[in-house]
Amino acid sequence: MNDALIIAGEHIPSRLLIGTAGYPNQKIMVDAIKASGAAVVTLSIRRISLQGHGSDTIGLLDGYRFLPNTAGCETARDAILTAQLAREALGTNWIKLEVIGDRETLYPDASELLEATRVLVDDGFVVLPYCSDDPVLCQRLADLGAAAVMPMGSMIGSGMGVANPANLEVICRRATVPVIVDAGIGTASDAVIAMELGASGVLLNTAVAKADDPVAMAHAMRLAVESGSFARAAGRIPRRGRAEASSPQLGLVGS
Amino acid sequence: MRLHINGQPREANAATLNEIWEVEARMKEIDSPRGFAIALNGRVVPKNQWPDTPISDGDQIEIIRALSGG
Repeated sequence: MNDALIIAGEHIPSRLLIGTAGYPNQKIMVDAIKASGAAVVTLSIRRISLQGHGSDTIGLLDGYRFLPNTAGCETARDAILTAQLAREALGTNWIKLEVIGDRETLYPDASELLEATRVLVDDGFVVLPYCSDDPVLCQRLADLGAAAVMPMGSMIGSGMGVANPANLEVICRRATVPVIVDAGIGTASDAVIAMELGASGVLLNTAVAKADDPVAMAHAMRLAVESGSFARAAGRIPRRGRAEASSPQLGLVGS
Repeated sequence: MRLHINGQPREANAATLNEIWEVEARMKEIDSPRGFAIALNGRVVPKNQWPDTPISDGDQIEIIRALSGG
């Protein structure tokens, strides 16, 4: 488990992937990403604003692998064009594929997601789809050629952690591609749990960006992902419904 | 000539996609096309083809940039 994370044949030095949105300012963003140890950072693709220009995020992130997303797209068609624009803008064929089916929950639209995955894989993309924690959907996405699957821990930005550990465990046990838990991570213990359940990695943003101290939380997340990964590899003891003394039971004083 | 740029109708006097880009870049003080991309009528046009890509009345143009995201 502590061997490298490999996606589409590429060695990724950290099992923590991190977003670039919502930090108090750009300096804190850069410092937090550095503290996280992440090598892959997510970006969004947006129309240039009519009012003015957005800040130059990518200029601050030389040396990281960019993972642009299709966040906000609600159809396969829009997501495909967004992915193609991202490839041209950033010179990468990696895409975090999001096709949102519901604005309140930000749950993915499974049928549009499958269609977009199929088209983008055919078009030469390394597709990392954000999906629900559904073992069958994850399998279908992998069958279509997704380079990894990225089931939600819980709803985007909710900080509710891994809402359905049983599902995630099944997804990880059956997976033929890396499983990266994306969305819902609230604090370090959530990331540990995701890794202990067998995830290959964790992608998070809000938990760090909106923490009181993003740089410190980024450091905590780095340790959490490493810790969970080591614990998973080490093999936990079974849960028991009774106590079992750990000290020797013979030679007690006074017996 | 009437174009649709990022969903907004716009009167423009330009022969190529590159001329559209130059107007946008000047208006928004963009000094490099790094991180930007353009689609014409739903198809991405690589940067090196902007100068040779003619535009015509009614074209739909999307100009995007990479921003922070999750």
